Amino acid sequence: MRRSVFIAGLATLTLGTLGFGTGQKSYVASAQEKMSTMEVKIDNFSFGPATLTVPVGATVTWTNRDDIPHTVVSTDDSKTFKSKVLDTDEKFSFTFSKVGTYPYFCSIHPKMTGKVIVQ
Amino acid sequence: MSEKKKDELLHDHNHDGVDRRGFLKCMAWAGTGAFCVMKGGVLKSYSLSRVSEISTADMMGELSFVQISDSHMGFNKPANPDVAGTLKAAVDKINALSSAPEFMLHTGDISHLSKPEEFDTVDQILKSAAPKDVFYVPGEHDVLNDDGKQFLERYGKGSKGAGWYSFEKKGVHFIGLVNVMNLKAGGLGTLGHDQLEWLEDDVKHLKPSTPIVVFGHIPLWSVYPEWGWGTEDSAQALAYLKKFGSVTVLNGHIHQTMQKVEGNVTFHTAASTAFPQPAPGKADSPGPMKVPAEQLKSVLGITDVNYIQGKHALAVVDSSLA
Repeated sequence: MRRSVFIAGLATLTLGTLGFGTGQKSYVASAQEKMSTMEVKIDNFSFGPATLTVPVGATVTWTNRDDIPHTVVSTDDSKTFKSKVLDTDEKFSFTFSKVGTYPYFCSIHPKMTGKVIVQ
Repeated sequence: MSEKKKDELLHDHNHDGVDRRGFLKCMAWAGTGAFCVMKGGVLKSYSLSRVSEISTADMMGELSFVQISDSHMGFNKPANPDVAGTLKAAVDKINALSSAPEFMLHTGDISHLSKPEEFDTVDQILKSAAPKDVFYVPGEHDVLNDDGKQFLERYGKGSKGAGWYSFEKKGVHFIGLVNVMNLKAGGLGTLGHDQLEWLEDDVKHLKPSTPIVVFGHIPLWSVYPEWGWGTEDSAQALAYLKKFGSVTVLNGHIHQTMQKVEGNVTFHTAASTAFPQPAPGKADSPGPMKVPAEQLKSVLGITDVNYIQGKHALAVVDSSLA
């Protein structure tokens, strides 16, 4: 039991590190990194990065690091994604299967906006 | 403070364009609610935390009520791990008033995450308040996930649309507005076409001498649009109220007290019973202000109001405690 928890923890850590390193270099993931998780942090009532470019098939994960709840709601015509309310440290993920630009906002604090560009 | 004498703006946040001529504003880290008394058709509002300083004569009027706001039940972060305790403290202050208020207004963000148990807790605490009637409008935290369905079921009896309504008390016309629904990306609070149409109709037949009290969650004036502290279509709402001699607008949302007088309209925002937020532009974001635990009660409980008195007839509201 203890061991499996440890392994799961390690796996999360590895993935997290990979995602972070990718973000540091460039927000455009290479074809090899296609399946990696791209992250958007919600800090101080803003999405970071506000514009994220990812390849088709990438999964983007938003994490709320504020003391106040936020949402992630797309504003394109077909309303592609909509999270539940994310309390502190809660996450929302969406996998982008089509090329396009996906603007989104926090429906509780509409001044908070961002976009995902899928190439 | 020598600036108190000046009949002009209180520039307390670096001339950032919020202020303008004719603007009167008082701000404070504020108390736990406001005691409001209507006298001669003009509403005076006093922070509950300083109510002991009000003379009995000042507390008497045609009508008195209490405004509380932003109880955020369910919030448990360092800025205030005991929001139930601070709401109870507000109720204790209300119950200690020498002149019993007739009812209470709650200007939204009753809950933090729209959870049934959060609403239940607030209802339970407010049951012990002396005034039995509470009139609510929703904050954005009360309509999460279900477009306000639960809020309407609990508090919206007899209301229209997303929960707006009006009622009369002793000749004063009260209007509860909802500006937290269908918010648009990049925008501010919104009243919407249906509600504006209802408002126009609601006040059409009232005499201009009728005192009007409007209450809603997000400020109906542009406190700080950069942080979303304003309402897109509030100008249209206020246009319908132009004919009235005395209009008071009570809001919450920004967790600090501010007042402003513009023409016939006096705007007030109430403090939160839960946690303070920074003054406009004074922090990276409008998130909760963390203060050391031993200071929290004092931040929520003590008001230090700086007044700039204008020459406008209505500018004397709120001045009595200065």
